[in-house]
Amino acid sequence: MTMIREIDYGTSARTSGTPVTLEIDGRSVTVPEGTSVMRAAAEAGIMVPKLCATDHLESFGSCRLCMVEIEGRRGTPASCTTPVAPGMKVATQNDRLARLRKGVMELYISDHPLDCLTCPANGNCELQDMAGTVGLREVRYGFDGANHLKQPKDESNPYFTFDPSKCIVCSRCVRACSEVQGTFALTIDSRGFASMVSPGAGESFMDSECVSCGACVQACPTATLMEKSVIAHGQAEHSVITTCAYCGVGCSFKAEMQGTTVVRMVPHKDGGANEGHSCVKGRFAWGYATHKDRVLHPMVRESTADPWRVVSWEEAIATAARRLKAVQETYGRHAIGGITSSRCTNEEVYVVQKMIRAAFGTNNVDTCARVCHSPTGYGLKQTFGTSAGTQDFRSIDRTDVILVIGANPTDGHPVFGSRMKKRIRAGARLIVADPRRIDLVRSPHVEAAHHLQLRPGSNVALLNAMAHVIVTEGLVDRAFVAERCEADAFARWESFIAEPRNSPEVAERSTGVPAAGIRAAARLYATGGNAAIYYGLGVTEHTQGSTTVMAMANLAMATGNIGRDGVGVNPLRGQNNVQGSCDMGSFPHELPGYRHVSDTAVRTLFEQAWGAPLDPEPGLRIPNMFDAAIGGTFKGLFVQGEDIAQSDPNTAHVTAALGALDCLIVQDLFLNETAAFAHVFFPGTSFLEKDGTFTNAERRINRVRPVIPEKTGKAEWRIVSELATALGYPMHYDTTAQIMDEIARLTPSFAGVSFRRLDEAGSLQWPVTEAAPQGTPIMHADGFMRGRGRFMITEYIATEERPSRDFPLILTTGRILSHYNVGAQTRRTANVAWHPEDILEINAHDAEQRGIRDGDLVSVGSRVGATTLRARISDRMPPGVVYTTFHHPVTGANVVTTDASDWATNCPEYKVTAVQIRLSNQPADRARRHAPIVRVGTAAE
Amino acid sequence: MMHAKDLIRMANQIAAHFACFPRDEAVTETIGHIRDFWEPRMRRALLDHIDAGGHGLHELVLHGAEALRAEA
Repeated sequence: MTMIREIDYGTSARTSGTPVTLEIDGRSVTVPEGTSVMRAAAEAGIMVPKLCATDHLESFGSCRLCMVEIEGRRGTPASCTTPVAPGMKVATQNDRLARLRKGVMELYISDHPLDCLTCPANGNCELQDMAGTVGLREVRYGFDGANHLKQPKDESNPYFTFDPSKCIVCSRCVRACSEVQGTFALTIDSRGFASMVSPGAGESFMDSECVSCGACVQACPTATLMEKSVIAHGQAEHSVITTCAYCGVGCSFKAEMQGTTVVRMVPHKDGGANEGHSCVKGRFAWGYATHKDRVLHPMVRESTADPWRVVSWEEAIATAARRLKAVQETYGRHAIGGITSSRCTNEEVYVVQKMIRAAFGTNNVDTCARVCHSPTGYGLKQTFGTSAGTQDFRSIDRTDVILVIGANPTDGHPVFGSRMKKRIRAGARLIVADPRRIDLVRSPHVEAAHHLQLRPGSNVALLNAMAHVIVTEGLVDRAFVAERCEADAFARWESFIAEPRNSPEVAERSTGVPAAGIRAAARLYATGGNAAIYYGLGVTEHTQGSTTVMAMANLAMATGNIGRDGVGVNPLRGQNNVQGSCDMGSFPHELPGYRHVSDTAVRTLFEQAWGAPLDPEPGLRIPNMFDAAIGGTFKGLFVQGEDIAQSDPNTAHVTAALGALDCLIVQDLFLNETAAFAHVFFPGTSFLEKDGTFTNAERRINRVRPVIPEKTGKAEWRIVSELATALGYPMHYDTTAQIMDEIARLTPSFAGVSFRRLDEAGSLQWPVTEAAPQGTPIMHADGFMRGRGRFMITEYIATEERPSRDFPLILTTGRILSHYNVGAQTRRTANVAWHPEDILEINAHDAEQRGIRDGDLVSVGSRVGATTLRARISDRMPPGVVYTTFHHPVTGANVVTTDASDWATNCPEYKVTAVQIRLSNQPADRARRHAPIVRVGTAAE
Repeated sequence: MMHAKDLIRMANQIAAHFACFPRDEAVTETIGHIRDFWEPRMRRALLDHIDAGGHGLHELVLHGAEALRAEA
């Protein structure tokens, strides 16, 4: 194993443009027009010395180290800012240039600490490298003059330090914050000799607007900005490329290692999803993998009143099998089931659903995607023919109009959010449809053309009204519709959508959005050039989640915004492998590849491959499992990597269901809330220990490579294989590559996928077929997966969860940047510094009416439960709507959410709960009884 | 298995979505959706409720009961 060191070409590549041939140091070089001399030289293997240039930032020309001589031109221009020209003759090395560069380095080093041997960047410092490259042997100016060596360090950020004494003011950090991250938190303060990097207006990093994405740290050529983990451990000796296990962006990282210790995670420049960028979670919040709360040994107990007993793997698996069999003997084959996890790999998910279908003998398998993106699966399959986003992330670089609905990319999908902001800064226009004023509505150098601040639950009315404008104002792309869509379905939809009841003027009553705003947004979407829709759980987690997905698909088809770069309909997936867990056959009605269990041909294919009969009937969905458990007909559940007691709605209902089970098996990193009801606990592995693949929101299959050994001694897919075998269904694989090979054999869209192909290509976007061996970045280019696109009628039906005198406000929930889902991982990292508790955001008007001041403890009560948390008065919220996150079990936001769910998929309606808010002077019962995260006494502790 | 009120709510939501279709198609789509996505015990429990009078059910569901029974 070696360190992976990517080549830094100094300036960005130009991928198009007329080829230009020039001569550099006597060598003929041909590059696209617009390429810098520095880049052209680097591509020819000639590395020009540099400090302020790096190839993920625009050239800046400040360090004066990259100067070259160009025949016929005066002086020594900076090669980073000088574009190539035909016939140009460049010299990058001669005595004059060497003398000049040495002089520049002398000046830098005269105001730089000479502590290289004890510096954390020792061995990986560009300043040190350049001093060596230019042959610096003395500093004629001495070190006694005015300098910056006594500047105090800023150690406020939990993950990195800022040591201005080592700063050479190259501005790479400032430019990374602006150009790549788009936060503009850093600036160069003062001028001349006093110039220094400053977060905000003289604040510390922690107090500034810095979002801790790490772009500045990565860009720094010295030890000025340095990871605390590197300061603690030293430089890594090898690195492994793997995939982040947080959100659905699926960033590639280099895990930089010392033996089996992770020194740091560095975003991989060649990562297809992130192209070298990261967020605070992926970059820094990986410490949970070695947190002391991890349970590393299997445990069992007879009843939940008993203490856990650490046992051998053999005993744990035998116990699980015995209890599951006992349930089936008493209550029947369909009395058990399982839930797969979107945090686990494709291979791990695949074997769980296979175990349930083949060894349990039932289709009672569901996945946590049930509670997030199941409406995406239904809606996009009905209209386009398959359950997947249509674009790659890169596509947004060609988008002219961006419609963001029910998503908060800067918090939930921050690396893509940065890319989106970059495109907006470059001129794309933005429509935001969201009850909250999310950051995208207005942030530095980004401002939405339209913020449609609709009432929660009225997405369908809004999208129908936009479609109404498009149809009635003659903005339909009729050529596209005629060529690509079903004529009958379009005619029916056109007639429906043109009805006056779908007009913006009528929709204004239900959405609260002025009709003129809806009309203007619709015209912009239809006529502004390439228009792309990006959406999140603010679309899906409603009683009309599936209808909203279909309404977006209708909009895209009606305007011809599908099937090419820059357009499309794109779900921003919440968890790292939502797409993959759905692809792998986790839904109770579908086998891998989204094929219905009632399809005899498909079922026969799997029966022959798996050697077991398969049930032709759909199984229970998660909410149905809970209902059946309470009803007494569902008694055994296997839960893979999911804390349903915290994440699913109406906690009292969920815990009643879990408490009614005779056998609950939990496979997880931690003894989570669900494990409190478990009888068998299988310790899981973190992403740093896994070997397999994740599939991100753009259908990109990325390799997940083990960087440390399994701390539990057993891979999760082996546990499942051994449990299946113990149940009487022999399941055996030697490697995870074999599992992927089986997936590829049985799933047409994965036909060309293998670990070997992934290692060669870096990543592949499905479908990967004989016709598309390199994958499919843009879907539906030549035709829809289902043949012709199908317009669907999208009647607006208001949710029954409505405000009343007793519950006059609407609560909507979401996530914030520093935390992830139920917080099981991020709460066990220093990310709690940013968000130590869940907060209720409330409009000033609603707060004043209730006598609530900023920071007050308030009670949030709904028709099903109540909790308490602190209030923050926020002008992000419109009157009548409050917001909170669900990252902390002590708050238990889902105590108040209800059983209401999407009509087609039963995806819970997390986004609309009628509540009342009152001042409170004490924590809720839940908080009072909630001990620390590990609250079950175990022999393992 | 499940409370009838939950099954009624779910079935009625499905029917309400398809109610704007021509009647025969609305019945077919409603029943087809229940057939495709509901576990057999849920379908049987729904039919039991229909046999007991079907109180509270959308008329599209009631109208499609025989088709559902034939497939159940």
